[in-house]
Amino acid sequence: MNFGKLIERLAQLIPVLLGVTAIVFFMMALTPGDPVEIMIGDQPISEEQEASLRHDMGLDLPPVQRFFKFLGNAVTGNFGLSFFHRRPVIDVIAERLPATIELSLVSLLLALITSIPLGVLAAVKKNTIFDRISTVGSLFGVSLPGFWFGILLLMLFAVHLHILPVSGRIGYAYEVDAVTHLLLIDSLIAGRLDTFFNALSHLFLPALTLGLPMAAILMRVTRTSMLEVLSQDYIIFAEAKGINRTSILIRHALKNALIPTVTVAALETGSLLGGNMIVETVFGWPGLGRLVVESIFVRNYPLVQAAVLFYAITYVFLNFFADILYTVLNPRVKL
Amino acid sequence: MSDVIGKVAVENESPLRRNLKLFLSSRLSTLAAIFVFVFVGMAIFAPFVAPHDPNETDLFRRLQPPWWIEGGELAYFLGCDGLGRDIFSRIIYGARISIFIGLSVITVATSIGIVAGLAAGYLRGWVDITISRLVDILLGFPYLIFAIALIAMIGPGLQNIILALVYKEWVVPCRVVRGETLAAREVEYVEAARALGGSSRHIMLREILPNILSPVIVVSTIRMANVIILEASLSFLGLGVQPPTASWGSMVADGRSFMLEAWWVSTFPGLAILVLVLSINVASQGLRDAFDPKFHD
Repeated sequence: MNFGKLIERLAQLIPVLLGVTAIVFFMMALTPGDPVEIMIGDQPISEEQEASLRHDMGLDLPPVQRFFKFLGNAVTGNFGLSFFHRRPVIDVIAERLPATIELSLVSLLLALITSIPLGVLAAVKKNTIFDRISTVGSLFGVSLPGFWFGILLLMLFAVHLHILPVSGRIGYAYEVDAVTHLLLIDSLIAGRLDTFFNALSHLFLPALTLGLPMAAILMRVTRTSMLEVLSQDYIIFAEAKGINRTSILIRHALKNALIPTVTVAALETGSLLGGNMIVETVFGWPGLGRLVVESIFVRNYPLVQAAVLFYAITYVFLNFFADILYTVLNPRVKL
Repeated sequence: MSDVIGKVAVENESPLRRNLKLFLSSRLSTLAAIFVFVFVGMAIFAPFVAPHDPNETDLFRRLQPPWWIEGGELAYFLGCDGLGRDIFSRIIYGARISIFIGLSVITVATSIGIVAGLAAGYLRGWVDITISRLVDILLGFPYLIFAIALIAMIGPGLQNIILALVYKEWVVPCRVVRGETLAAREVEYVEAARALGGSSRHIMLREILPNILSPVIVVSTIRMANVIILEASLSFLGLGVQPPTASWGSMVADGRSFMLEAWWVSTFPGLAILVLVLSINVASQGLRDAFDPKFHD
C-alpha cells in the first residue's frame, strides 16, 4: 500500500467526522430544556447574571455560528464545564478513560485467546460433536444479553461463592503510583503482585461479560476462514510433502486464516464501546461508559455531548484502522 | 398420467414454496420458528394467557420464590418480584413490548431503507452521493451510544425508543438494497424494461424490488434479534419503556437489588430475552440457508 493512498483514505474521513460532529451538536442543540436553567438549578440569580452566563456559554449566538464555535472548541478539546462536576468536561473524561481502556483491552485479549484456538479446533474437527457444540455455543454468545449475563456472573461468583468482588476497580486497601493509569500495568511496574491480582479479580467478570459476544463472533470467523484455507492447494501440497499436521496447521494455515479474524476483531472493538456502558453500569466500573449513563440522568449535557463525540470519533478511526489492517495483511486487496 | 402431472407440478413449484420446504427440512430451524411463534402468540393474547394482572402488587407475596422452592406456590410458579407482582405474568406482558418494538423498528427501518437504497442504487448521481454520505456518517456512531444519546435528548418512552432505533437501523437495509440494485441495474430484464419505456418508479418498484426482496427479508430477521437486545439494554439502563409497564430489560434491572435473597427476579426475564433472541437467530440462519442460493447444494 502506498503512502498517497493512505492520505487519500484519511482525507475521506474528514466529511464523515464533520458530519458526525454536526449530528452530535444539533442533537444537543435541539434538546428541549435550557442549559442555563439546568446549570443554575434552584440558586437565586439576577437576570444580568443569567444573561452574562448565557453569553459566556455562547448560547446567545444563532445556531450555525454556535456550531462553528463548537467545532473550533472541539478541535482544541474545549467542551465547556461539566454542570455536575464544575470542572472542564475534558478533564472529567480523561480521568475516567483509563478504566474504560483497560477493560476494553483485557476483553479484547480474552476474546482473542479463547476464540482463535476454539475456531481452529472447530475447523479441524469439522462436523464432529465438538464442531456442533461450538456452533451452538457461538449462537448463545451472540444471543446473550450482556447485562443479564453480567448479573448472573455476579450472583454466582460474587454474591453466592464470594470468590470475586462485586464492584469497583480495585480494593480500598490497595494503592499504586499512576504511570500508565492502567492498574494492571502500573502494579507490575511497581512490582506489587498483590495489587495486580486484586485488580485482576475486579476486572475478570466485567471483561468476561464484555468479551463473550466478541469471542463468539471471532470464533465463527476463524472457523470459516480456516476451513477455506485448509482446502487450498498449498495445504494439500504441504501434506503431500509429509510435513507434520501441527506444523501445517500453525505455520501454513493459521497465518493466512487469521487475516479475517484480525480485521473483524478491529471492527468489533468499536462495538465494545457501546457494550462498555452496559457492563460498567452492571459492575460499578468507574469508567467513561458509566459516567455517560449517570450524566444522562442528571442532564449533564456538555459531558454527554463530548463523550458521544469522543466515542464516535474513536469508532470512525477504529473502522479506518480495520480497513488499513486488512490491506496490509492481505496484499491482494487494493485500498 | 397423474404421475406426469405430479412431476410437472413439482418442477413448476414456485421458488417460495421450494425454499419454504427447504427451511422446514431443518428440524432446528423449524423448532426455533415455533418458539418465535409461541412468543408472538403470548404477546398477542397476553390478557388471556397471563394468570395474573402484571401490575397487581401484593406485599404479602414480596419476593415469593418459584413453586419448586419452599415457600413458593404453583399459582405464581416463577415467583414474585420486590412488589409482589407475578413474574410469569410480567414476562408475558413484557413480550408485547419486546416484540412490538422489534417489529415496528424493523418494519419502518426496512421500508425507509428500501426506498433510500433503491433511489441511491438506481438513480445514482447526487441522490446516491447524499444518501451514501448520510449512511457513512450514521455508521460513524456505535449503535447503542447513538440510541442512548438520542433518548437522553428526546426522553424515554415507547415511541421515542422506536424513533431512536429507526434513526440508525434503516442504514442496514439501505446498504443491502443499494448494493443489490446496483447489480440488478445492469441485468437484461431491467434494460428491457427501460427500452420498453418504463418509468424509473415502475422499474424500481415493479422490476427490481421483487427480485431483490429475499436478501432484504433475511437481513431484517437477523436484525430483529439485535433490535430486541438493544431495546432490552435501553430498558435496563432506565431509558426504555417507563414503569410500571413490564419490559424484560427493566425487570432484570429491578432484580439487581435482590441479588442476595431472590435470584429469580432477574434470572427469568433475562432467560426470556435469551430464548427469544436465540430462536430468532437460529430461525433467521435457517431462512438464510434456505433462501440464499449460495447455500443451496
